[in-house]
Amino acid sequence: MRAFPVLLAVALAAALTFLTLPVVAIFVGSSPADLIDSLGEPGALDALWLSLRATAMALAVILVVGTPAAYLLATRSFRGKALVVTLVELPLVLPPAVAGIALLAAVGPSGILGGAVEDAGIELTLQTAGVVVALTFVASPFYVRQAMAAFAAVDRTLLDASRTLGASEARGFVRVMIPAALPGLAAGTALALGRALGEFGATLMFAGSFRGITQTVPLAIYDRFSTNFDSALALSAVLVAISAAILLSVKLVQGSEALGGAPG
Amino acid sequence: MLAGLLLVAACAGCGDEEDAHPRLVVSAASSMTEALTACSADFGAADVRLSFAGSDELAAQIRQGVKPDLYAAANTKLPNQLNTEGLLSKPLEFATNELVVAVPKDSEIQAIEDLARDGVKVAIGSESVPIGSYTREVLARLPKAKSDAILANVRSNEPDVKGIVGKLTQGAADAGLVYVTDVNAAGDELRAVKLPAALEPEVSYAAGVVKGAKQPELARDFVDGLTAGGCADALDRAGFGAP
Repeated sequence: MRAFPVLLAVALAAALTFLTLPVVAIFVGSSPADLIDSLGEPGALDALWLSLRATAMALAVILVVGTPAAYLLATRSFRGKALVVTLVELPLVLPPAVAGIALLAAVGPSGILGGAVEDAGIELTLQTAGVVVALTFVASPFYVRQAMAAFAAVDRTLLDASRTLGASEARGFVRVMIPAALPGLAAGTALALGRALGEFGATLMFAGSFRGITQTVPLAIYDRFSTNFDSALALSAVLVAISAAILLSVKLVQGSEALGGAPG
Repeated sequence: MLAGLLLVAACAGCGDEEDAHPRLVVSAASSMTEALTACSADFGAADVRLSFAGSDELAAQIRQGVKPDLYAAANTKLPNQLNTEGLLSKPLEFATNELVVAVPKDSEIQAIEDLARDGVKVAIGSESVPIGSYTREVLARLPKAKSDAILANVRSNEPDVKGIVGKLTQGAADAGLVYVTDVNAAGDELRAVKLPAALEPEVSYAAGVVKGAKQPELARDFVDGLTAGGCADALDRAGFGAP
């Protein structure tokens, strides 16, 4: 028997055990009845609804701005491009606490743009808008990165053919590039969605924690951690279920795309 | 990965057996961060590892099986509960604190009643942490219309005092209820507005030795040192009162 394949299998088994055990423990610790009870508690549904709303708003911003930006970065070369890409990706590696402090320093009431934000009549801190800003900041690099890779992987002859046929670049972007890159864009959307749903530190520091306004599911879980561990566990289970459903649906979409679109 | 992690974890623990310089793990409420950090360096008998968080969070960790050597909370309720549950020795009250309204130093707020005014953004502690329950105790002693108006101005229920102070120093909130020691620790950025004596809650800090502590004698010494010695002086300097 070869040793190497065994080693690979052992490594996979160890990784799988380590990564799934905590998730399994959440479901072992909370029965379906607990789960439903926890949603009936004051604040739980508010938190869930707020999380979904704020995440949807953040995703809308990320898709509308991130898609063309990623297209530009994927299809053009210019001086300093590596630097621009690095800056765009930087929030990926920032700790949430740093993201929170950075947002306060930038657009908080005493931040460098705080006065301008206030003059524009916009209130971010301690408001739902602040949650959306925090989610957008931490989640957008996940989408832009994937979208860049997806656009870069599209066969350029497709776009060139559409140009030859007289289509403008804008038309080619919408009619050719986006459909061709769709599986990658969907994967990026799912990653950004997952990151936004799970955001904790930046939201707490920048937007605070108030039921129905700024208390997202992770903040509600933290609030329950000390007083009602079972309820925290049940709310965690809901978040895991939603995140798993998102991940799975993207895998299914990508799977059907891969099967349907025969290699050209 | 699992095996590797277990190895790392095992090795992280393997130094603990050496008695040459024992390690004392102290879980303490966030409000004592500055005072205890200053004095524990002088606790010669052991290398003191301080872990600061909300009292309730630290209690929850102990209930989940985390074993620091001692637990010092910003109230007496949590240590007493842990004692009843058999997780902590009989708690010792070692200090008192005072609840105040904290405002940015140029604020026009002069009394707690001013928090009821339209447009004042208030940050308080979440109901589950001691600062939050003291705050609700204070508000409940005000006339109902006043306390309702103040609660309607609350924009954030923070999980610890640092969150409240941060919201104030960053200008996100106009006023918050914190301990006087937190206002002192924030330097000259914040000003404390005293509460009328009739509203003031009794804020007592209590500490005990965690059952199953690795260093029970040293932990007992440390607890005793909170009422007499270097740590008692440091607490006094930070603005804490004697029990």
